[in-house]
Amino acid sequence: MTPPQDQEPELLHAFTIAANDFAGAGQVSIAVKNLLKEVGFSAQCLRRVAIVAFEAEMNVVMYGGGGGLSVYLAPALVRLVVEDQGPGIPDLDLAMQEGWSTATPEMREMGFGAGMGLPNIKRNSDRLEIHTSPGRGTKLVAEIILT
Amino acid sequence: MPVKLAQIASWLQAEVLSGHALLEREVLLAHAADMMSDVLAFSHPGSLLLTGLANPQVVRTAEVAGIRAVVFVRGKRPSEAVTLLAQEFDLPLMTTAYSMFDACGLLFAQGLRGWSLPEGRA
Repeated sequence: MTPPQDQEPELLHAFTIAANDFAGAGQVSIAVKNLLKEVGFSAQCLRRVAIVAFEAEMNVVMYGGGGGLSVYLAPALVRLVVEDQGPGIPDLDLAMQEGWSTATPEMREMGFGAGMGLPNIKRNSDRLEIHTSPGRGTKLVAEIILT
Repeated sequence: MPVKLAQIASWLQAEVLSGHALLEREVLLAHAADMMSDVLAFSHPGSLLLTGLANPQVVRTAEVAGIRAVVFVRGKRPSEAVTLLAQEFDLPLMTTAYSMFDACGLLFAQGLRGWSLPEGRA
Protein backbone atom coordinates (compact mmCIF):
# COMPACT_ATOMS: atom_id res chain seq x y z
CA MET A 1 0.00 0.00 0.00
CA THR A 2 1.28 3.47 -0.85
CA PRO A 3 2.07 5.59 2.19
CA PRO A 4 -0.22 8.62 2.34
CA GLN A 5 2.60 11.15 1.84
CA ASP A 6 3.33 9.63 -1.61
CA GLN A 7 -0.19 10.14 -2.86
CA GLU A 8 -0.51 12.95 -5.38
CA PRO A 9 -2.75 15.67 -3.91
CA GLU A 10 -6.11 16.13 -5.62
CA LEU A 11 -7.63 19.47 -6.54
CA LEU A 12 -10.21 20.45 -3.96
CA HIS A 13 -11.09 23.92 -5.20
CA ALA A 14 -9.76 26.66 -7.51
CA PHE A 15 -10.40 30.29 -6.55
CA THR A 16 -9.99 33.45 -8.60
CA ILE A 17 -8.25 36.45 -6.99
CA ALA A 18 -9.35 39.84 -8.31
CA ALA A 19 -6.74 42.48 -9.15
CA ASN A 20 -6.39 45.56 -6.94
CA ASP A 21 -9.52 44.68 -4.94
CA PHE A 22 -8.10 46.06 -1.72
CA ALA A 23 -11.43 46.00 0.14
CA GLY A 24 -12.10 42.37 -0.74
CA ALA A 25 -8.52 41.13 -0.37
CA GLY A 26 -8.35 38.20 2.00
CA GLN A 27 -11.77 36.73 1.31
CA VAL A 28 -10.33 33.87 -0.74
CA SER A 29 -8.14 32.84 2.20
CA ILE A 30 -11.11 32.92 4.56
CA ALA A 31 -12.95 30.67 2.06
CA VAL A 32 -9.93 28.33 2.01
CA LYS A 33 -9.97 28.17 5.79
CA ASN A 34 -13.71 27.42 5.86
CA LEU A 35 -13.32 24.78 3.16
CA LEU A 36 -10.61 22.96 5.12
CA LYS A 37 -12.46 23.39 8.41
CA GLU A 38 -15.19 21.23 6.94
CA VAL A 39 -12.63 18.56 6.06
CA GLY A 40 -11.55 18.63 9.72
CA PHE A 41 -8.00 19.74 10.55
CA SER A 42 -6.31 20.74 13.78
CA ALA A 43 -6.63 24.45 14.56
CA GLN A 44 -2.86 24.82 14.29
CA CYS A 45 -2.72 23.35 10.76
CA LEU A 46 -5.69 25.41 9.70
CA ARG A 47 -3.96 28.54 10.96
CA ARG A 48 -0.72 27.79 9.08
CA VAL A 49 -2.57 27.11 5.81
CA ALA A 50 -4.68 30.25 6.23
CA ILE A 51 -1.63 32.44 6.93
CA VAL A 52 0.17 31.14 3.83
CA ALA A 53 -2.98 31.64 1.74
CA PHE A 54 -3.61 35.12 3.12
CA GLU A 55 -0.10 36.46 2.53
CA ALA A 56 0.01 34.93 -0.95
CA GLU A 57 -3.43 36.35 -1.77
CA MET A 58 -2.36 39.82 -0.62
CA ASN A 59 0.69 39.59 -2.90
CA VAL A 60 -1.47 38.67 -5.89
CA VAL A 61 -3.87 41.55 -5.16
CA MET A 62 -1.14 44.09 -4.49
CA TYR A 63 1.52 43.14 -7.05
CA GLY A 64 0.26 40.34 -9.28
CA GLY A 65 -2.65 42.06 -11.01
CA GLY A 66 -5.01 39.26 -10.00
CA GLY A 67 -4.64 35.54 -10.43
CA GLY A 68 -5.72 32.27 -8.89
CA LEU A 69 -5.35 30.14 -5.80
CA SER A 70 -5.89 26.38 -5.98
CA VAL A 71 -6.17 24.08 -2.99
CA TYR A 72 -4.98 20.49 -3.35
CA LEU A 73 -5.46 17.86 -0.71
CA ALA A 74 -3.75 14.56 0.02
CA PRO A 75 -4.31 12.54 3.19
CA ALA A 76 -1.18 13.96 4.79
CA LEU A 77 -0.79 17.40 3.25
CA VAL A 78 -2.38 20.52 1.82
CA ARG A 79 -0.84 22.08 -1.28
CA LEU A 80 -1.60 25.68 -2.22
CA VAL A 81 -0.78 26.82 -5.76
CA VAL A 82 -0.98 30.59 -6.18
CA GLU A 83 -0.39 32.07 -9.63
CA ASP A 84 -0.49 35.48 -11.24
CA GLN A 85 0.46 37.02 -14.57
CA GLY A 86 2.03 40.07 -12.95
CA PRO A 87 5.47 41.59 -13.44
CA GLY A 88 7.30 38.78 -11.62
CA ILE A 89 9.86 39.18 -8.83
CA PRO A 90 13.17 40.52 -10.20
CA ASP A 91 15.33 39.34 -7.28
CA LEU A 92 13.74 36.50 -5.34
CA ASP A 93 16.56 36.22 -2.77
CA LEU A 94 16.06 39.86 -1.89
CA ALA A 95 12.27 39.45 -1.71
CA MET A 96 12.68 36.55 0.71
CA GLN A 97 14.58 38.78 3.15
CA GLU A 98 12.52 40.05 6.02
CA GLY A 99 12.02 43.79 5.73
CA TRP A 100 12.65 44.06 1.98
CA SER A 101 9.63 45.66 0.35
CA THR A 102 8.56 47.55 -2.76
CA ALA A 103 5.14 48.39 -1.31
CA THR A 104 3.31 51.62 -2.06
CA PRO A 105 1.91 53.86 0.69
CA GLU A 106 -1.58 52.54 -0.16
CA MET A 107 -0.44 48.96 0.56
CA ARG A 108 1.17 50.03 3.82
CA GLU A 109 -1.99 51.80 4.90
CA MET A 110 -3.78 48.44 4.64
CA GLY A 111 -1.29 46.98 7.09
CA PHE A 112 0.76 45.08 4.52
CA GLY A 113 3.96 45.75 2.62
CA ALA A 114 6.41 45.54 5.51
CA GLY A 115 8.50 42.95 3.73
CA MET A 116 7.17 40.09 5.82
CA GLY A 117 4.83 38.37 3.37
CA LEU A 118 7.19 35.88 1.73
CA PRO A 119 9.12 35.20 4.97
CA ASN A 120 5.77 34.55 6.67
CA ILE A 121 4.80 32.15 3.89
CA LYS A 122 8.13 30.32 4.23
CA ARG A 123 7.81 30.10 8.01
CA ASN A 124 4.37 28.49 7.80
CA SER A 125 5.12 26.09 4.93
CA ASP A 126 6.85 22.75 5.13
CA ARG A 127 7.87 22.99 1.47
CA LEU A 128 7.92 26.10 -0.71
CA GLU A 129 8.71 26.63 -4.36
CA ILE A 130 8.50 29.96 -6.15
CA HIS A 131 8.82 30.19 -9.92
CA THR A 132 9.05 33.72 -11.23
CA SER A 133 10.53 35.61 -14.13
CA PRO A 134 10.28 39.27 -15.12
CA GLY A 135 7.17 39.96 -17.18
CA ARG A 136 5.87 36.40 -16.90
CA GLY A 137 4.26 36.32 -13.50
CA THR A 138 4.82 34.28 -10.40
CA LYS A 139 3.80 30.79 -9.34
CA LEU A 140 4.04 29.83 -5.70
CA VAL A 141 3.64 26.25 -4.52
CA ALA A 142 3.42 25.78 -0.76
CA GLU A 143 2.83 22.52 1.08
CA ILE A 144 1.77 22.14 4.67
CA ILE A 145 2.09 18.72 6.24
CA LEU A 146 -0.94 17.82 8.31
CA THR A 147 -0.37 16.89 11.90
CA MET B 1 -3.83 35.52 32.42
CA PRO B 2 -7.30 34.94 30.96
CA VAL B 3 -9.35 38.16 30.98
CA LYS B 4 -12.97 38.61 29.96
CA LEU B 5 -13.73 41.10 27.22
CA ALA B 6 -16.20 42.90 29.46
CA GLN B 7 -13.32 43.55 31.85
CA ILE B 8 -11.08 44.81 29.00
CA ALA B 9 -13.85 47.16 27.83
CA SER B 10 -14.19 48.51 31.35
CA TRP B 11 -10.43 49.03 31.86
CA LEU B 12 -10.14 50.86 28.51
CA GLN B 13 -13.47 52.68 28.84
CA ALA B 14 -14.12 51.23 25.41
CA GLU B 15 -17.26 51.34 23.33
CA VAL B 16 -18.26 47.92 22.02
CA LEU B 17 -18.97 48.03 18.28
CA SER B 18 -19.76 44.40 17.57
CA GLY B 19 -20.09 41.16 19.51
CA HIS B 20 -22.10 42.62 22.41
CA ALA B 21 -23.26 39.11 23.29
CA LEU B 22 -19.69 37.76 23.39
CA LEU B 23 -18.22 39.83 26.21
CA GLU B 24 -17.90 36.82 28.49
CA ARG B 25 -15.29 35.50 26.08
CA GLU B 26 -11.75 35.43 27.49
CA VAL B 27 -8.47 36.46 25.89
CA LEU B 28 -5.26 34.82 27.05
CA LEU B 29 -2.73 37.43 25.99
CA ALA B 30 -2.47 40.58 23.90
CA HIS B 31 -0.73 41.70 20.72
CA ALA B 32 -0.44 45.30 19.48
CA ALA B 33 0.36 46.09 15.84
CA ASP B 34 -0.56 48.23 12.89
CA MET B 35 1.12 45.85 10.45
CA MET B 36 -1.11 42.88 9.73
CA SER B 37 1.86 40.76 8.61
CA ASP B 38 3.26 41.28 12.09
CA VAL B 39 0.02 39.88 13.54
CA LEU B 40 0.20 36.91 11.16
CA ALA B 41 3.86 36.29 12.00
CA PHE B 42 3.96 36.75 15.75
CA SER B 43 0.56 36.76 17.42
CA HIS B 44 -0.68 33.70 19.24
CA PRO B 45 -4.17 32.23 18.91
CA GLY B 46 -6.50 33.39 21.66
CA SER B 47 -5.01 36.88 21.74
CA LEU B 48 -6.56 40.30 21.97
CA LEU B 49 -5.40 42.56 19.13
CA LEU B 50 -4.87 46.28 19.71
CA THR B 51 -4.48 48.25 16.49
CA GLY B 52 -4.76 51.70 14.95
CA LEU B 53 -5.91 50.26 11.62
CA ALA B 54 -9.63 49.93 10.98
CA ASN B 55 -9.99 48.32 7.54
CA PRO B 56 -11.46 44.95 6.45
CA GLN B 57 -8.01 43.33 6.47
CA VAL B 58 -7.86 43.73 10.24
CA VAL B 59 -10.97 41.57 10.59
CA ARG B 60 -9.74 39.01 8.06
CA THR B 61 -6.30 38.91 9.68
CA ALA B 62 -7.98 38.33 13.04
CA GLU B 63 -10.01 35.47 11.60
CA VAL B 64 -6.94 33.88 9.99
CA ALA B 65 -4.70 34.29 13.06
CA GLY B 66 -7.25 33.14 15.65
CA ILE B 67 -7.54 36.56 17.33
CA ARG B 68 -10.44 36.59 19.82
CA ALA B 69 -11.25 40.31 19.84
CA VAL B 70 -9.99 43.62 18.43
CA VAL B 71 -9.56 46.97 20.17
CA PHE B 72 -9.18 50.04 17.95
CA VAL B 73 -7.05 52.65 19.69
CA ARG B 74 -7.07 56.48 19.67
CA GLY B 75 -10.77 56.58 18.88
CA LYS B 76 -10.52 54.81 15.51
CA ARG B 77 -13.83 53.63 14.19
CA PRO B 78 -14.24 51.15 11.33
CA SER B 79 -16.83 51.55 8.59
CA GLU B 80 -20.15 49.75 8.90
CA ALA B 81 -18.98 47.23 6.30
CA VAL B 82 -16.08 46.27 8.59
CA THR B 83 -18.41 45.92 11.59
CA LEU B 84 -20.74 43.70 9.57
CA LEU B 85 -17.79 41.55 8.47
CA ALA B 86 -16.78 41.17 12.13
CA GLN B 87 -20.31 40.07 13.04
CA GLU B 88 -20.10 37.43 10.32
CA PHE B 89 -16.98 36.03 12.03
CA ASP B 90 -18.32 36.45 15.59
CA LEU B 91 -15.43 38.80 16.25
CA PRO B 92 -16.01 41.37 18.98
CA LEU B 93 -14.75 44.88 18.11
CA MET B 94 -14.35 47.81 20.47
CA THR B 95 -12.90 51.29 20.29
CA THR B 96 -11.06 53.23 22.98
CA ALA B 97 -9.98 56.86 23.08
CA TYR B 98 -6.62 55.86 24.61
CA SER B 99 -3.50 55.83 22.42
CA MET B 100 -1.84 52.54 21.54
CA PHE B 101 0.83 53.06 24.20
CA ASP B 102 -1.60 54.02 26.93
CA ALA B 103 -4.11 51.28 26.10
CA CYS B 104 -1.33 48.68 26.20
CA GLY B 105 0.04 50.15 29.41
CA LEU B 106 -3.32 50.07 31.13
CA LEU B 107 -3.87 46.42 30.20
CA PHE B 108 -0.34 45.46 31.22
CA ALA B 109 -0.80 47.19 34.58
CA GLN B 110 -3.87 45.02 35.12
CA GLY B 111 -1.85 41.87 34.47
CA LEU B 112 -2.48 41.09 30.79
CA ARG B 113 0.72 40.01 29.01
CA GLY B 114 2.09 39.53 25.49
CA TRP B 115 3.75 36.47 24.00
CA SER B 116 7.32 37.72 24.44
CA LEU B 117 7.22 37.48 28.22
CA PRO B 118 7.42 34.07 29.89
CA GLU B 119 4.26 34.72 31.92
CA GLY B 120 2.39 35.57 28.69
CA ARG B 121 3.11 32.12 27.35
CA ALA B 122 2.31 30.32 30.58
